[in-house]
Amino acid sequence: MSEQTTENTDVITGIEAPIYLKYNFTAGAAPARFLTQVKEGVLTGQRCPQCAQVYVPPRGSCAACGVPTEEEVVLSDKATVQSFTIVSIPIPGNSIEPPFVVANLVPDGANISFIHLMSECDNADVHIGQRVQGVWKPQEEWGYSMDNIRYFKPLDEPDVPVEKIGKIPVEGWEG
Amino acid sequence: MKEIAIVGYQQSDAVSDAGACNEVELIIPVISKVYDQVGIKNAQDVDFVCSGSCDYLQGAAFAFVMGVDALGAVPPIKESHVEMDAAWALYESMLKIRMGHADSALIYGFGKSSPGELPIVLSQQLDPYYLAPQWVDTISLAAMQARLMLDKGLISEQDMAEVVSRSRRNALNNPHAQLAGDVSVQDVLAQETYVSPLRKADICPVSDGASAMVICTVEKAKEWGLPYAVISGIDHCIETHNPGMRDLTDSVSTRKAAENAGVHNGAVDVAELYAPFSHQEIILARALGLGDATSVNPSGGVLAGNLMMASGLSRIGEVFNRIVSGEAQRGVAHATSGPCLQHNLVTVIEQAKEAA
Ligand SMILES: [Zn+2]
Repeated sequence: MSEQTTENTDVITGIEAPIYLKYNFTAGAAPARFLTQVKEGVLTGQRCPQCAQVYVPPRGSCAACGVPTEEEVVLSDKATVQSFTIVSIPIPGNSIEPPFVVANLVPDGANISFIHLMSECDNADVHIGQRVQGVWKPQEEWGYSMDNIRYFKPLDEPDVPVEKIGKIPVEGWEG
Repeated sequence: MKEIAIVGYQQSDAVSDAGACNEVELIIPVISKVYDQVGIKNAQDVDFVCSGSCDYLQGAAFAFVMGVDALGAVPPIKESHVEMDAAWALYESMLKIRMGHADSALIYGFGKSSPGELPIVLSQQLDPYYLAPQWVDTISLAAMQARLMLDKGLISEQDMAEVVSRSRRNALNNPHAQLAGDVSVQDVLAQETYVSPLRKADICPVSDGASAMVICTVEKAKEWGLPYAVISGIDHCIETHNPGMRDLTDSVSTRKAAENAGVHNGAVDVAELYAPFSHQEIILARALGLGDATSVNPSGGVLAGNLMMASGLSRIGEVFNRIVSGEAQRGVAHATSGPCLQHNLVTVIEQAKEAA
């Protein structure tokens, strides 16, 4: 038996064991097609063959029906605010100044929202049903990323009533 | 207690790189095939869904949740997941049926191991204080196990090469196999060692793919009018996480699970064993008490293709296929998890009584 007791043993409250794992990550076939089009400045969704909902960004299936989505649909960069939040803390490694607005936006022609930033607006005026449009980076900076759109800014269009959010055709919203 | 039947099983090809496929794109083709086999439309037509996967494999957080996009969960379905091989998802599904909470279940497992360095990724399943920080990889651990067996005279390199040769030849009849060929024992022994004493051929390949199964009560199988096989026993046992405290030359947990599952209550015509390394097939066959009358790994086993998180379910599926085809009357399927066969699940599958 060791003579050592807990009295003369340091209490260890933690050890350092950093984990580094390297991956060749792939987004998936459907997201890859979406990202290829985003690089060309075009937003695309995929339509479910059963329920006709258009997903953006597409993942390759209709989550509601569980069937592959193959039909590709070109969407507008005009969108409607479905929900939003005002963020008061900075994003590490990102130059965006808080407070900033993060919103769930449904682009015209799609039925599902994606998350993006809103700017060129008074944060206090942001509201559900508000019409917005993407502000794109200069074309030479476009990559395989939704960051090609810097942010969305308000449009001078009437609000979309809540029951119509997610049902606006690609042609747009007349009010 | 309700008798539980397997009524459908499908597996994707085991491929070294599934390319751009995400989890949804891996899962949909196999579950669609199993729906067609069973004659159901989608996950709404079963009472319970359970999956097995591990996000560490592809390095995608919450991939197991994203995988639910393949199911069609509107209206809501009863769904669960194990961060384990889908053989354990089958176990959970059986409990659900036996408790009377479901009469049928869809089970699927998927693994995309190609994006990472699998043996290194798996080192992170070791205990987080002593072994994981040393990055002890699965191949090195298995090599130590093989070395122990060779030094004790429990196996020879020839025995290991025989396992590989049989796997490659059996896999010629498996359309989903990644590695198959007319490979002789001499061919294997002529290979140089990779992590001594293991040769590359002793080690299962890294594979991408998925498999899926539908189980149900025997009454439901009859209602659906489907050929079925009965799961007559299932059990799993686990050993300590410290490999230094285990007898690595034996699989005590497999032996115990086999006894509890009733492996010895009848002849074993076929056995599909999840042995990622050739010497482990020998350990498992001994622990299960298999003799010459048993056809071991007629599919080629996982040396022919190893779908992490699906291969255990596939072993059960391979036995099921052979029973419904009439090739075998009674079989044993084994699934494993953890380093050096730490955790083992044994399933006994039998021909339906009406068919006997
Ligand atoms: Zn749909």
